[in-house]
Amino acid sequence: MSAATLTAPPAPAVYTVPDAAYERAFAAIAARAGEPAVLRQLRRSAFAQLQQRGFPTSKHEEYRQTNLAAVLQRSAFALPERPGAATLREAERAAQPGAAFGGPQLTFVDGHFTPELSRLNSLPAGVRAGGLLSANDAGDDRLARLGELADIGGENTLAAFNTAFFGDGAWVEIAPGAQVDAQIEIVHLATGGAGVPTMAHPRQLILAGRGSRAKVVETYLSLNGAAHLTNAVTEIFVAENAELEHARLQQENTAACHISAVHSRQAADSRLRLHALTFGGALTRNDVVTVLNGPGAEALLNGLYVAEGRQHVDNHTVLDHAEPRGASREYYRGILDGQATTAFRGRILVRPDAQHTDAVQSDKNLLLSSDCTANADPQLEIRADDVRCTHGATFGQIDEEALFYLRSRGVGAEMARHLLIFAFAAEALGRLNPSPLRTRLETELFSRWTGLTPPEGAEASGG
Amino acid sequence: MPTPVASVEDLALQEYKYGFVTDIEAETVPRGLNEDIIRLISAKKQEPAFMLAWRLRAYQQWLKMREPTWANVHYPPIDYQNIIYYAAPKRKTDGPKSLEEVDPELLAMYEKLGVPLKERAILAGVAVDAVFDSVSVATTFKEKLASLGIIFCSFSEAAREHPELVEKYLGSVVPYTDNFFATLNSAVFSDGSFCYVPKGVRCPMELSTYFRINSEDTGQFERTLIIADEGASVSYLEGCTAPKRDSNQLHAAVVELVALDRATIKYSTVQNWYPGDREGRGGIYNFVTKRGKCQGRASKISWTQVETGSAITWKYPSCILMGDDSVGEFYSVAVTKNRQQADTGTKMIHLGKNTRSTIVSKGISAGFGQNTYRGAVRIHKNASGARNYSQCDSLLIGDQCGAHTFPVLEVKNKTARIEHEASTSRIGEDQLFYCRQRGLSTEDAVSMIVNGFCKEVFRELPMEFAVEAQKLLSVSLEGSVG
Repeated sequence: MSAATLTAPPAPAVYTVPDAAYERAFAAIAARAGEPAVLRQLRRSAFAQLQQRGFPTSKHEEYRQTNLAAVLQRSAFALPERPGAATLREAERAAQPGAAFGGPQLTFVDGHFTPELSRLNSLPAGVRAGGLLSANDAGDDRLARLGELADIGGENTLAAFNTAFFGDGAWVEIAPGAQVDAQIEIVHLATGGAGVPTMAHPRQLILAGRGSRAKVVETYLSLNGAAHLTNAVTEIFVAENAELEHARLQQENTAACHISAVHSRQAADSRLRLHALTFGGALTRNDVVTVLNGPGAEALLNGLYVAEGRQHVDNHTVLDHAEPRGASREYYRGILDGQATTAFRGRILVRPDAQHTDAVQSDKNLLLSSDCTANADPQLEIRADDVRCTHGATFGQIDEEALFYLRSRGVGAEMARHLLIFAFAAEALGRLNPSPLRTRLETELFSRWTGLTPPEGAEASGG
Repeated sequence: MPTPVASVEDLALQEYKYGFVTDIEAETVPRGLNEDIIRLISAKKQEPAFMLAWRLRAYQQWLKMREPTWANVHYPPIDYQNIIYYAAPKRKTDGPKSLEEVDPELLAMYEKLGVPLKERAILAGVAVDAVFDSVSVATTFKEKLASLGIIFCSFSEAAREHPELVEKYLGSVVPYTDNFFATLNSAVFSDGSFCYVPKGVRCPMELSTYFRINSEDTGQFERTLIIADEGASVSYLEGCTAPKRDSNQLHAAVVELVALDRATIKYSTVQNWYPGDREGRGGIYNFVTKRGKCQGRASKISWTQVETGSAITWKYPSCILMGDDSVGEFYSVAVTKNRQQADTGTKMIHLGKNTRSTIVSKGISAGFGQNTYRGAVRIHKNASGARNYSQCDSLLIGDQCGAHTFPVLEVKNKTARIEHEASTSRIGEDQLFYCRQRGLSTEDAVSMIVNGFCKEVFRELPMEFAVEAQKLLSVSLEGSVG
C-alpha cells in the first residue's frame, strides 16, 4: 500500500450536461434577427455557462430535495412560436382573472408578449411598462440592467437557462415619487404543446424609483392540462424610500414543472413586500434572493404553498442583510395533503456591517395526510454582533382543541376541519395589503375547502 | 481606575492553563497508515481474529471515501500518512495491577490536572478508567462494579475477555461504513472504554473516564461502547484537557451507545482540549462520531456536552429512536473564542411510535470564533405521535465572531408535532449597565449572564461536572468581553 492509494475518489456529479436538443434550440434563437448586440452577447455567454456547468442534480446541496436535472433532461422541451389566432382566443378567456381587476396588464403567451391581450393604453401616471424587448423606447438602458441581480455566471444555472432562451419579458418602471394605486398585472399563459411539452422562460424587470409606491402581481396559468415547463426570472430594484408590493401567484396545472427565481435589491429605507403563493404545478421550485443593500431597508417575505396529490413544492429563500438597521420578516406556511412533498430552506445572512439587524423567520406546516412529507431547513448565518435574529419551524396536524371548540358550537366535524384549514391559509393571505387579488384568493380558498361562497360583502379573514 | 477594555486585553492574553507536557517514554509505531500498521495495532492489543477482519474491512472502505467538506470549518489539509497511529506508554512490567504500580509520572500528571485518581475515586465514588495516550493504565472500583455484574474496562480488555458482547454490538450503531472519520477510527482505533450494565441493574456510581492526548503528533482514536441491558441505567462522564502542542492533532473518536428495553444511558462530556493560541496556531482537531440507539421500548439516551476547547470541533451526538416510547435528549453548550471553530449539533431519528426528543443548544461566540449549530430531526412514516422540541440560542460577544444555525427538519408523519426555535442575540448594553450599576464588575456581570444563558444545559450535568463546567466557562470567556 502506498500513499497513492489514499487519493480521494472523484466527487459525485452535481451537474449534468444539457441534452443536445437544447443546443439546436439555442441555435435558432441565436440566429434570430433584430436583437440588439448587447442581448445577443448576453445570451451567448449565458448558454455557454449552461453548457459548461449543466443542470443541478440532487447531489447539489441547494437542490438536495429537488432533482431538477432529472426533469430537465428527461425530455426535450419545445420552444413554441408566437401564438396563432385560435390560441389567442383561448388565452383571452384564461387571462380574465387579471382583466377582472381592470388595471394595467401585460400578458404573455408561452413567453411571447401579446399586446392584443394586454392593457397598456391607460397606464397610471408615473408608470412605464411594456415588453422588455418589444417596447420601442429609444435610449433606454434597461437591457444593460438584465442579469445585474440574476447572475448568469453563478452556481444557479437556471438563471443562465432563462437568459439564453427567454422570448420576451415584462418591463415595469415606476417613476420617482409616483404613487400608483392600481395593481399592475403580469399574466403568463402556457399553452402546453400537443405531444411534446413546451417551455417558456418568463422574464421580469421591475424598477421602483425613489420614493415611489406601487403594486405588481405576476400570475402563472396553464391553458390546459398538458405538461409544460416554466422557468421564470424576476429582477426587482427598489430605490431609496420606495415601497413595492410584489405578489407571485402560481396556479399552473398539476402536470407543469415550475421553476422561478426572484432577485431583489433594496436601497436605503425602502420597503419590499414579496408574496410567493404556490397552488399549482407537479414540481415547483421557487428561489427568492433579497439583498437589503441600504441602511434601514425593510423586507417582508410571505409564502403560502398548498400541495396535494403528488405535488412537490420547494421554496428556497435568501435574506441578505448587507447594511445596518435592516428589518426582515419572513413567514412561510404550507398545507400538505395526499402524497405531497414540500421543502423550505430559508437562509438569513447578516453581514459584518449589518449591525442592528432585526430578522424574524418562521415556517409552519399543516399536515393533513399520513403520506405527505415536509422538510424545513432554516439557516442563520450571523456575522455581526448587535443583532436580533430568531427563527422557528413547526409541523403538526389540525389542533384537536380548536376542532372541539367549533364542534361544541354546532359546526359539523368536516366543516370545522375545513374552516381550520382555511384559517391557516388565511393568515398568509392576510399579509397581502388589501387588494382585489387578496379578496379573490380568499374567496377561492374558502370555497376550495368549504365548498361554500363567503357571504356577500363579508371579509373572509380578519387580516 | 482601569477601563474595562484594558482589563479585557490583559485577560485575553491568558495562555491555556493546562498546557504542559509530561515526559513519559512512549512506544509508537512508524508514521503512516497501511494494512501492516493495522495488523500491528491489532496484534499489540492481542485482539481476537474478528476484530482484525473488521478493522481491515473498515480500512478498505476508508480508501474509497472522501473527507467531508460540508461542515462550516476551515483547516489545512491533513496528511494522513504523516500521523503516528499508535502510541502506548512503555510497560516496565507486564502492566500495572493496582494504583501503586501505575507510573508515578502519570499519576503526577493527573494531580496537576486536578484529577487525583485516588481521591476522586474514593471521595466522589467515581470509577475512573483513565485513558492515557491510547492505553488504559488504571481502572478502579472494578471489583465493586463486577459484584453487580457490570463490566467496565478498557476496550482492548473487553475484546479479549468478552468477545461475544463486542462482536455483537461493535459497529451496530456506528457501522464501519458510516463516515470518513468514523471509518478511519474503525480501522485504527487504539483503545477506549467499554461498559456493559446487565438486566435490571442500576449502576451505583457515575462512571467516568479521562481522555488525554500526550505524545506529539499522535492521532488519538478512541472507541467507546456502552450497552445498557433491559431495565438498566448508567451515567457516564467524559472529560478532557490536553497538554499544549504546536502542531495540530487529529482526534477522531467514536462513541456507541445501545439502550435496550426501558434502559437509560446518560452521557456527559466536558471537553477542554488545547484550542490553539490567539492566532489559531496549534490546537486539537476534534472530529467525533457519537451516536446512541434506543433499541428497546421506553428506553432513553441523554447527551449533555460542554465544549470549550479544541481548535475545531466537529461533533453531532445523535439518537436513533427505534423502540416505541423511547426518548432522546441533547443538551449542549459550545464556546468558541479566538480562532476556534465549532460545528456541532445533533440528529434525532424518530422511527418508533410515540418517541420524544428534546434539543437544547447554546452557542457562545467570542473573538474570531465561529460557532455553528447543525442538527437534523427526522420523523419517519411509522413514528406516529412523535414529538420534538428544539431550541438553539446563540450569544455573540464581539463584532468579529459568527453564529450560524442549520437545523434540518423532515416530517413524514402527520401526527408528529415538531417545534423549533432559534435566536441570536448579544449581551445587551442595558443588561451590562444594570449589573454594573449594582456594583458588579463587567467581567462578573458577563459571567453571570452567560451562566444564566447556559443554565438549562448545566442543570442536566451530574453534580461534579456542573461545578467544573461553570468554572470552565468563566475561565474560557475571560478577556473576551468588551
